Amino acid sequence: MDRRQFLKSTTAALTIAGVGVAPWRSAQAQAGPIKIGLLAPLTGVVASGGKEMVEGVQFYLDQVKSEMAGRKVELVIEDDASNPDTALQKARRLVEQGNCHMLIGNLLANTGLAVANYVKGTGTPYFIPIIAADDLTQRRRIKNVIRVAGYSASEFTHPLGDWALKQGYKKIATISQDYTFGHEQCGGLAQVFTEGGGEIVQQFWHPLNTADFSPYLGQLADLKIDAIFAMETGADATRFIQQYASFGLKAKTPLLAAMNGTDQSVIRTLGEECEGIISPAHFAEGSDNPVTQKFAKEYEAKYGKIPSLYGFSMYSGVMWIDAALKKMGGKVEDREAFIDTVLKTELDGSPLGKAVKLDAYGNPIYDVYIRKVAKRADGKFWNVPVTTYPNVSQFWKYDPETYLKQPSYSRTFQGIKKG
Amino acid sequence: MTMPRTPKPSRLAGMNGRAALIAATIGVAAAALPLVLSNYQVGLATEVLIFGILAMSIDILAGFAGRTSLGHGAIFGVSTYVVVYATAHAGVPPAAAFAAGVLAATLVAAIFGLLAVRTSGVYFLLLTLALGMIVWGICLRWTQVTGGENGMRGDVRPALLLTNTAFYWAVLAGAAVVTFAMWRFVRSPFGLTLRGIRDSESRMRSLGYNVPLHLFIGFTVSAFFAGVAGAMYAMFNNFVSPSTVALAQSVEGVLMMIAGGVGTLFGAFVGAAAIIALENVVSAYTERWQMVLGITFILIMIFAPEGIIGKLRAILTRKVR
Repeated sequence: MDRRQFLKSTTAALTIAGVGVAPWRSAQAQAGPIKIGLLAPLTGVVASGGKEMVEGVQFYLDQVKSEMAGRKVELVIEDDASNPDTALQKARRLVEQGNCHMLIGNLLANTGLAVANYVKGTGTPYFIPIIAADDLTQRRRIKNVIRVAGYSASEFTHPLGDWALKQGYKKIATISQDYTFGHEQCGGLAQVFTEGGGEIVQQFWHPLNTADFSPYLGQLADLKIDAIFAMETGADATRFIQQYASFGLKAKTPLLAAMNGTDQSVIRTLGEECEGIISPAHFAEGSDNPVTQKFAKEYEAKYGKIPSLYGFSMYSGVMWIDAALKKMGGKVEDREAFIDTVLKTELDGSPLGKAVKLDAYGNPIYDVYIRKVAKRADGKFWNVPVTTYPNVSQFWKYDPETYLKQPSYSRTFQGIKKG
Repeated sequence: MTMPRTPKPSRLAGMNGRAALIAATIGVAAAALPLVLSNYQVGLATEVLIFGILAMSIDILAGFAGRTSLGHGAIFGVSTYVVVYATAHAGVPPAAAFAAGVLAATLVAAIFGLLAVRTSGVYFLLLTLALGMIVWGICLRWTQVTGGENGMRGDVRPALLLTNTAFYWAVLAGAAVVTFAMWRFVRSPFGLTLRGIRDSESRMRSLGYNVPLHLFIGFTVSAFFAGVAGAMYAMFNNFVSPSTVALAQSVEGVLMMIAGGVGTLFGAFVGAAAIIALENVVSAYTERWQMVLGITFILIMIFAPEGIIGKLRAILTRKVR
């Protein structure tokens, strides 16, 4: 009996709360607010990134005074706890109970994939500025899942492979966290690099949260290679960069990293050991583009830290949504039209300082920077562009249809050209 | 809910009049829930039922055989994985996939059981924990089959049960059957033997009972029910990832059972409802809901160590006297 009682009283309480709010709501503009459901990991393994995601969104909403296309914006924030089951639960709550017009966010690929599978059934627009899983905008695309201001995992390592060839590197070894995000980033590099005549000497896959990299670093030191490519995120990245330096490898072999390896969220806590690391990305906080500089300066003034990928991506993602809503007079209720408008919207006001558009698969096309970690005048480290690859799509120079016929990158398929 | 512990000989399917009446009332009330709840809350109620079954299956071992398992989350998850894989990747129809999931969970548990029944107490706890971690490790690293960290997704739920309400009723019907089966199981002579083993293993052995065999069967049967819950969960979420087989899942099941009351069987549903409601209500106000959950547990342990249902039962019997 108690379970019923409990559920009933909970329902009653919720209904009363709902009734209490209702008159206030109807007193607002007839159209009512635009409700955005934000899912971010505020607890769990990637909580620090999740907090920066929320900051990015709030930073933008503060700038537009929580108003888009003349309508008030109501932001509902839910914690996905870095766990796909929780993410799914919270997504249900935002859509079914919160009546959110759209969802945005999630950090870990598994949480994003779980939510994407759910919105496939409900048709709710879902924006993923951080989730990089290739197939969400490739082989298993869902139309209402759009990667505004995000990137697919292998999108930036394709040009990095090309850049490595141009440096005259012949042999590279890779080390990566053993999960899909890592497989995909390594695959992007390995395919372009080997097709251009390079050789991937060896690939190391280590479990997430590896405390001690010395077994891998020892083997890497013995290989005859021109560079190391490391795909590390979060605390693994911090530890890897530290141990790579203390092992004396820094003086011997150049380190190429995935963009998340030298993201502000990682190098903020590091010193000299991160200087000079190369990584590819669409965003470089140390770019001399005036728009980027203005954004970085304002963000730093407000939150006391140089913006990371998380803050930047969420900020730009919400800006993208705003731009689309302006184009269609704020009619967010018309989902089909909203999704189509977002897909067609070209974003020109983002901190990147240049216009960005989506490809036919809902993934942005960027000018990709090859960045180098450098010391700022005040002693902090940031990423400064070395060179630029213009108009890079998730398919690099391949024909999309042929590219999609090859399997997705995995531990067993890295696109490595034999011979 | 408050079934007598030692009932009179069977009248209606093993239940006496009062118990049958209570069961029927609860059944009808539960079936009527979707009429008063919002769509989202129906989803939550479904989850309560599924986790209630998981917690009950743990209670069979913990409450009646005196062996608390920390591996049931993994067994539950094996079933979830098999169901999602079978429907999404192997094209098996949902009903067959459901059966395959439950079977897989039972088989895995049979292997666990062979190893685990030799131990008791904290060793049993640790051994089941370790076995569960193996399952988790396999799901995480065997990327080609399990999708690794990213898990697997697909349209697992049959078309007939697509709406929240239809699915809720289906799960409720399943839960009713499973609950009745478990209730009969623990009250059968076999279940009484398990209780005997819980109270004194050596006495049961000297009375000529094959203790390891009883424990093995008890473990496998309990896992069968955990597998049923896992298969339902696959259809509920249409998605599975290593977090479903992780230690946290086992621990959650155990906590639900403890909150409801060890050895009360039906307390599992109360515990599941309490924890899921707390998770959802409190997390709307603070991201520190886990702290609130922790404090709630401490309070339960101090003031009602016998669990919510256990405490109510104690109060009721006191009043009668």
